[in-house]
Amino acid sequence: MTNKINLFIFAILLSFCFVIFYKGLNNSNIYTPKIKNQKNIPSFKAKDFYSNVDIDSKKIFEANNFYIVNIWASWCVPCRKEHSLLMKLSKNNSVKLIGLNYRDNLSNAKKFIDELGNPYSQILIDNSGTLSVEFGAYGVPETFIINKNKKIIKKYIGPINQKILEEIKLLIQ
Amino acid sequence: MKISKIVLIIFLFIGFSQLKSEEKNEVMENKILKNVRCLICQGQSVFDSESDFASSIKLVVKKKINEGASEKQIYSFLKEKYGQWILYEPELSKNTYILWILPILLFLLGGAIIYKNLIIRKKIN
Repeated sequence: MTNKINLFIFAILLSFCFVIFYKGLNNSNIYTPKIKNQKNIPSFKAKDFYSNVDIDSKKIFEANNFYIVNIWASWCVPCRKEHSLLMKLSKNNSVKLIGLNYRDNLSNAKKFIDELGNPYSQILIDNSGTLSVEFGAYGVPETFIINKNKKIIKKYIGPINQKILEEIKLLIQ
Repeated sequence: MKISKIVLIIFLFIGFSQLKSEEKNEVMENKILKNVRCLICQGQSVFDSESDFASSIKLVVKKKINEGASEKQIYSFLKEKYGQWILYEPELSKNTYILWILPILLFLLGGAIIYKNLIIRKKIN
């Protein structure tokens, strides 16, 4: 009887381990931070890309508009890929695009904008990457959608594609 | 002469105590950075990593320590931005209680089995 119980417990433990490992096989081993719904915009001070003047975050997001914060850099290849879609998005009047130039060489960044066009209503410099940390970003490109109540409602890690563009258009309607 | 000696001692004392507080901050900074996971190179801590993300986190942690933030405040700031996974040592919560309680349960179960076997052996003897 005891042997049977032991065997039963052993079988349960074995199947428990099997299920755990089997489930783990399908999980991605790369973690991507999830955004909690409706996060507040961090308050910060940043330098303007063209004038090099300090600007307060309250002033940047003061209009009653939807905002899109896009983290980019001239050395980032996927940023180049998504740029044409950002240009399309900038034609939409209900949204303002804010660019965050991440750990970049200023003259290279200016060349990038001159070459591909400027979709942003304002560009901020983030030389140290600390501003991106305030937003909860960990690389480039990343895009944050901010609603009229100044809450971050959505975050896209990686370049924007046509499907995401349609999704963003629905969000900012 | 006496006054100048006293002034010198005071200056040395101030310098020494400042050095000590800087050293303390550095110890705390290293401790925090070793417990924070680099999200770019996910097998490494921020302390070990040289990625852009890690160097930004290092700067943020240093700034927060200089502003007088405690270790717990820095952890909760990072947790709020990137989620629980950024910390190597997870806190006890509804998602992690199995992780914390299972080893204790297994330890108790093992202890109980050994204890039971010892009693059986004693009875046989």
